[in-house]
Amino acid sequence: MRNIFLFIGRYKTFLSFLILQGVALWFLFSFNRFHRARFLGVANEVTGRINTQYNKVEDYFELREENRRVHRINDSLLNLLPQNFMQPDTSLREVRDSLPFDSLGHYRRYYFRPATIVYNTVNSQKNYLQINRGASHGIKDNMAVLGSDGSAVGVVVGVSPNFSQVMSLLHVDQKVSASLKKSGDMGTMEWDGKDPRLLNLKSIPRSTEVKQGDTVLTSPTSFNFPPGYMIGTVAEVLTDKSTNFYVLKIKPSARFFSLQQVFVVENLQYAEQTTLNQNTRKRIEDPKKNPR
Amino acid sequence: MSDFVRNMIRFILFLGIQVYILNKIPHLHRYITPYLYFLFILWLPFSVSRQWLLLIGFGTGLTLDYFTMTPGLHAAASLLVAWVRPYLITILTPKDSTEFNYREPSPKAMQWTPYFVYVLVLTLLHHTYLVFLEWMSFGSFLSFLIKVLASTGISLLLILTVELLFPRKLKFRTNTA
Repeated sequence: MRNIFLFIGRYKTFLSFLILQGVALWFLFSFNRFHRARFLGVANEVTGRINTQYNKVEDYFELREENRRVHRINDSLLNLLPQNFMQPDTSLREVRDSLPFDSLGHYRRYYFRPATIVYNTVNSQKNYLQINRGASHGIKDNMAVLGSDGSAVGVVVGVSPNFSQVMSLLHVDQKVSASLKKSGDMGTMEWDGKDPRLLNLKSIPRSTEVKQGDTVLTSPTSFNFPPGYMIGTVAEVLTDKSTNFYVLKIKPSARFFSLQQVFVVENLQYAEQTTLNQNTRKRIEDPKKNPR
Repeated sequence: MSDFVRNMIRFILFLGIQVYILNKIPHLHRYITPYLYFLFILWLPFSVSRQWLLLIGFGTGLTLDYFTMTPGLHAAASLLVAWVRPYLITILTPKDSTEFNYREPSPKAMQWTPYFVYVLVLTLLHHTYLVFLEWMSFGSFLSFLIKVLASTGISLLLILTVELLFPRKLKFRTNTA
């Protein structure tokens, strides 16, 4: 008996090594999937919590890629919106190859292209954004630019083969046609160059009722912007004493400080609309040169 | 900083690096998974008794197992490392104790060559046993061999890099301490 204790005492390290090794191997081989799941259940709570914390940090590294994915999905969905299509005139059938028709005969009016902002300022009075899509991707002047949540951002004013300059809404020369969601009154969105958090909406007649918090949308008469996209909400209602119009301070819904992904929206009938507009003006206003 | 606190920090750091970096980076090759966590065991002070070494080794491996969902796998391998460690140290360190008065294994304490042998043997042992357990059920002998050698090579590279990048400032073991 004494010898046994002596033996244990002498080889206790080796014996405990064997025992622990046995335990480890037992864990490894005797636990089937079901047992393993239960065995790890308690530990899972702990490791899971640590992993969650880690993931919170790790997610930020994936954010850019994730963002791009979401943006791509949004792009494919926005292209399907009914606002992009017009009802065909039933009595008159137009055939135009350049515009894709869907099975109901709707034809496409707006086409969305995704783009990423590569440069952006808000500090100047004339703020421009640069996006990573240009003429080689089909971008042309005067296309509207919407943020990834569909809020109005600006208008394309310059195109190079691979990049485009976008005149932001925060530009003192910018004029975008806008309408109040509630009453449908149309006005012009401008910026006075002072506070990048507030835009001005002008020429809304004082006969309509405007309250703080009212939504302002892109107007249905705009040539470049598709109708019904959010521009902002009314932050302050001021009245211009000299005229019969409001001056509305609008809080833009696009976050100009942190723009990342945008959509460039093409009005497929832009050329036709503007040419018609100009020709009409020319003919009506200069009747002598161009007799009717 | 006391040895205990220092080693607790190392434990968290090494396991964190193993779980969140080395196990997560895109694998260099399907044969290669770099391991660094057992360096924690290699760096434990000389003064830790063999019994404690075994327990710490087992615990370290098991903690990693909880993260990788393989109960017992790393525990067995790191237990083996913890068990072999004292024997290797007795072989590789000078017999004369007056020359030998550092607290824990390091290139400075043991000279570079003995330290390299110490790391090489334990890394090889760890990987061989780990891969052996992993490939128990399937796999050919050749791929087993390739995996052991490749992983050992990469892990060694990592360990030496760590040694060169973070030279530990080791205090002498004095009579008063």
